[in-house]
Amino acid sequence: MKAKTVDRIMTGVIVGVAVLIIAVLAGLLGYLLVRGLRHISLDFLLSPPQTIKAGGGIGPQLFNSLFLLVLTMIITIPLGLGAGIYMSEYAKPNRLTAFIRLIVEVLSSFPSIVVGLFGLLVIVNMFGLGFSLFSGALALTVFNLPLMVRITEQSLRSVPREQKEAGLALGLSRWRTITSVLLPVAIPSIVTGTILAAGRVFGEAAALLFTAGMSSPRLDFSDWNPLHHTSPLNPFRPAETLAVHIWKINSEGLAPDAAQIAAGASAVLVITVLIFNLGARWLGRVLYRKLTASK
Amino acid sequence: MIIEIERLQLYYSAFHALKNVNLSIPENRVTAFIGPSGCGKSTLLRTLNRMNDTIPGVRIEGEVTIQGRNIYGSETEVEFLRKRVGMVFQQPNPFPKSIYDNVAYGPRLHGVTKKAELDGIVERSLRSASLWQEVKDVLKKSAWSLSGGQQQRLCIARALAVEPEILLMDESTSALDPISTTKIEELTRELREKYTIVMVTHNMHQAARISDRTVFFLNGEVVEASDTEALFRSPVDQRTEDYISGRFG
Ligand SMILES: Nc1ncnc2c1ncn2[C@@H]1O[C@H](COP(=O)(O)OP(=O)(O)O)[C@@H](O)[C@H]1O
Ligand SMILES: [Mg+2]
Repeated sequence: MKAKTVDRIMTGVIVGVAVLIIAVLAGLLGYLLVRGLRHISLDFLLSPPQTIKAGGGIGPQLFNSLFLLVLTMIITIPLGLGAGIYMSEYAKPNRLTAFIRLIVEVLSSFPSIVVGLFGLLVIVNMFGLGFSLFSGALALTVFNLPLMVRITEQSLRSVPREQKEAGLALGLSRWRTITSVLLPVAIPSIVTGTILAAGRVFGEAAALLFTAGMSSPRLDFSDWNPLHHTSPLNPFRPAETLAVHIWKINSEGLAPDAAQIAAGASAVLVITVLIFNLGARWLGRVLYRKLTASK
Repeated sequence: MIIEIERLQLYYSAFHALKNVNLSIPENRVTAFIGPSGCGKSTLLRTLNRMNDTIPGVRIEGEVTIQGRNIYGSETEVEFLRKRVGMVFQQPNPFPKSIYDNVAYGPRLHGVTKKAELDGIVERSLRSASLWQEVKDVLKKSAWSLSGGQQQRLCIARALAVEPEILLMDESTSALDPISTTKIEELTRELREKYTIVMVTHNMHQAARISDRTVFFLNGEVVEASDTEALFRSPVDQRTEDYISGRFG
């Protein structure tokens, strides 16, 4: 009798907490979208910002965010895959491995403002890379790489042991077994995890303030030579991203419509991250069906 | 004798799992390993294609020779050994690919690329595994859509596709229904014409039904090894008699 009462109360509490969390999330999302959607137009998405006049857009910032994401992923995906494969398939279970794993955990949970300051000291100043997309990408690598390692390692570990043994028993080498038996099974969850991690990179601001910088040079969107100074593709130019832009106009925006621009930009950011999340799940399912021929 | 095992000791770290095993396994016969759970049957089977190499902490002493060559010698290539000594596991474990691709998998990775040649190998292997008639029209379907018994025969076909000489089967029917079990037992009898088969079973009736030779294990030791009929009719060792008459295990 008493156990039953406790059970009822606890169930009630858990359901209550869940409802509360969902309500807060839905409220937050609704608020951001309702406030922001009104200001989103094609012109807003494509045109450059204005300093003191109304009617500025977020074109360069949106481009910077996407480009920075691509740069970061170019660095972290190969390294993360390599390290993840090593950790799951080659590392012996000893102290060194445990130590590496600890460091990976610590790195991925570093406060991003600390990573930003570290980037300023080491990447921007010591290595002289200046405020640039490349510096920003390196700073983002600090917490994106550990995530990639962990995603890869866990995805590989979750492949049933029998699959691996089937490959080895056919006389495939260890490496062949990894690339042609384990990876095809693990790829859907690696891809899903990678895109989810990309969402975090996309929304990151604190680590970029002092690395990618808070300004963008005037960009010439007709010049795609990455070596030119005003080319959008130049990785060594400073670049204000969308998240940094929101922070900046909220704290020091001079344009009369700063509040609306911040609201619009926030909505764009949220929608993009949502698209990342939904897209990740969708792509994961599609890849799984394709790679496992389970149509 | 195609396989000779001499003075074999195997340790899982500190645990002594195989104790001084001496055993000969004849060519083109079915040899069954029987004994209670945990006595080391799978462990011995997996020393024959060096699958134990993948387990950290395993230490092996003694000698295992296949066709006169020490498979633990430094000149033996593990991949080549495993190509010659195929294995079928307890749980059917087809790859998450089409039926065709499962069978073509090994040959492809060992360098066969011509479509016609692969088609031939796939058909031959599936026929050998008595599966061809059931799947010849659905080769592009996912292997996971097959029943458990069909999946297990597919795994046999996959193993045969790389043309092994020896086939190891570790309780390969224990996860299957009686009809599928019978099919695989009949198949095993047919396969011994061309292959040497070593199987683990904890079902001694199965051993009595299909094997030519039977080896009885207890606590990591070979207690008795002889022709199946002789072993079941007149066991020499008291412990064998106790086991086959159902007094323990
Ligand atoms: N990977 C392993 N690590 C440590 N001990 C193991 C491992 N595999 C098997 N053993 C032990 O070795 C003994 C023999 O196991 P196994 O060969 O699987 O027995 P069987 O196949 O006869 O049931 C058992 O006591 C088991 O606990
Ligand atoms: Mg076993």
